[in-house]
Amino acid sequence: MDWNYISYYFNWLFGEIRNFLLVANNPGQKIFLAVVVIALFVAVMALLLWLVDRPRNPRGWLVASVFAGPALLLIGFGLVYPAIRTTYSSFYDRNGQNFIGWDNYVRAIGEPEFQLVLRNTALWVFLVPILATAIGLIYAVIVDRTRFEKLAKTLVFMPMAISMVGASIIWRFVYDYRQASSPQTGLLNQVLVWLGIEPQQFIIQQPWNNFFLIVVMIWIQTGFAMTILSAAIRAIPDDIVEAARLDGLSGVGLFRHITVPSIRPALVVVLTTIAMATLKVFDIVRTMTGGNFGTSVVANEFYTQSFRYNDKGIGATLAVILFVLVIPLVVYNVRQMRKVEEIR
Amino acid sequence: MATVTFDGATRIYPGTERPAVDKLNLHIEDGEFLVLVGPSGCGKSTSLRMLAGLEDVNEGRILIGDRDVTDVQPKDRDIAMVFQNYALYPHMSVADNMGFALKIAGTPKAEIRQRVEEAAKILDLSEYLDRKPKALSGGQRQRVAMGRAIVRQPQVFLMDEPLSNLDAKLRVQTRTQIAGLQRRLGVTTVYVTHDQTEALTMGDRIAVLKDGLLQQVGTPRDMYDTPANVFVAGFIGSPAMNIGTFPVADGAANFGKAHVNLPRDVIANIRPEDQGQITLGFRPESLDIVSAGTQDSFPVVVEIVEELGSDAFVYGSLTQDMAGTRLSSGAGEAQIIVRVDPRRVPAKGETIWVRVREGEQHQFHAASGERFDI
Repeated sequence: MDWNYISYYFNWLFGEIRNFLLVANNPGQKIFLAVVVIALFVAVMALLLWLVDRPRNPRGWLVASVFAGPALLLIGFGLVYPAIRTTYSSFYDRNGQNFIGWDNYVRAIGEPEFQLVLRNTALWVFLVPILATAIGLIYAVIVDRTRFEKLAKTLVFMPMAISMVGASIIWRFVYDYRQASSPQTGLLNQVLVWLGIEPQQFIIQQPWNNFFLIVVMIWIQTGFAMTILSAAIRAIPDDIVEAARLDGLSGVGLFRHITVPSIRPALVVVLTTIAMATLKVFDIVRTMTGGNFGTSVVANEFYTQSFRYNDKGIGATLAVILFVLVIPLVVYNVRQMRKVEEIR
Repeated sequence: MATVTFDGATRIYPGTERPAVDKLNLHIEDGEFLVLVGPSGCGKSTSLRMLAGLEDVNEGRILIGDRDVTDVQPKDRDIAMVFQNYALYPHMSVADNMGFALKIAGTPKAEIRQRVEEAAKILDLSEYLDRKPKALSGGQRQRVAMGRAIVRQPQVFLMDEPLSNLDAKLRVQTRTQIAGLQRRLGVTTVYVTHDQTEALTMGDRIAVLKDGLLQQVGTPRDMYDTPANVFVAGFIGSPAMNIGTFPVADGAANFGKAHVNLPRDVIANIRPEDQGQITLGFRPESLDIVSAGTQDSFPVVVEIVEELGSDAFVYGSLTQDMAGTRLSSGAGEAQIIVRVDPRRVPAKGETIWVRVREGEQHQFHAASGERFDI
């Protein structure tokens, strides 16, 4: 047989397959394509796992790379590459063409506009974890082993199930403002009117509006804190509590000397987890104020700069700053989680 | 130091009808080591927890010394408790664990340190004072729990199965250590266990409970020699006593062709509700091996032989011609335990003939299970 003929034939075959697989014009074709890709992925993985299982004593690195490799590749494409790319962009100007060194960072830290953003973020990261954890802890202790425990916990946990955007819309109604002369539609202002106080523009008055936004995040995160801490409190053995009672503790003393130290690892995990979520907060600010009236935070500002003002450089810089701020929290969090597991 | 008195103390858990502890009357002398023993669910731990103040007393009173502590907070009862799982505070060092009660009570730091070090010396814990409980072995943790109680210098020690988490060998060691320590300190101690060997070896007196009711209180010797009823007879002693109910005729209890002669007082005291029957108990050591066919002997088929070196026990069953006789022991229904000479042990499957040694049987009323009061 002629080699030319064979190569021609294969070229034609691959072309047909390529056209068939990659050109999807209607939903049916797209779904079919998706199924084919998934099947292909399963087939490739099955083949790899089968191959690695073949030899009697497969080498450790081989097994490890087959199991961890695909995940690592995906992390590489989805996380590591964008992270490097973003860091790279942060050293370039708004169009990503001219290298400008640390200028973006100097701007991000120096300009009053961005200083406000950093201040707001600091405020969020300081207040939300501490208040959400404190409220969740006190609530967990109070409802622990009462008759209405389940109902009480469900009520506090429910906001967790609401999306941040949904929660923000709910709270925008709560904060809604109408002129004093007209009837109030916002719950909070109606309460103020009942109390004989002038209605307030909660979302606009600086700097207090930041606190009203923070309340929304606390409302969402308290349920999380309460659930984890309640489980941790439950895990304290009864006899330790009894021993403490015999040793002369009760009420606040028991809480301070026994409950809190016993759940310390869980407390740290909750605090850092909420702190991470808060650092990345975007939806609430975006939905409630769009970052106006001095309420912008790093994640929101990064979005605004990158996609509305098209300043890729400063946007990337803010993203990097956010990233750098989150890292220590993540490291600490993971360490504490390991400790919790050790104790178990 | 103080006495402890349960005066008709009753505990009924909410939602239950039957009291967990029913009108417990018990007086414990100053410096005495009293062991509460019984099967699980008998109310022994509940009794201890009532004394500690961890359970409410629904009826009756509890006194420590002359003071009525029924409604006194646990911390104000001047007691210290050792828990089954030790209940050490995991986030505190050994020294802090031991001195915690004193710290809460506001004792000066120097004094705490001194008392903790003294206790640590007694318990051989001096080198572990800075460790966390997690870094200690089971036996060391148990000693820290003891230390925590000693440091408080209380009127009464309460111990809730403190040895049940130790391995067998360590348990025997610690048993004597605790008993020795208690004698040395002379502190009134109430000790709860389900293990009758522990009770016999440690207690000045033993109180046996069953279903929340006090069955008998007495010295280990009393409990062994004159059990007040069938339950105590079966519970105290290892291996357990053989117990069976037999018809009485001609001044003797009859089983098969064997007779056990009964004292005249016993015959005279059989009650109508006993229906001419009597419950007899005889310990494994009260049986003699005799040659086949000896008068009043009965055959036992050897099933298992337990050789303990100093002793050997035969676990056997009665033969066919003894059918209809109901006999039981700690080993189970229709089983009989015989102590034999460890140097002349019968083989498995062999039939041996045994006879109850004259006068060594325990006699109980067939109906009520009470001991004949003679």
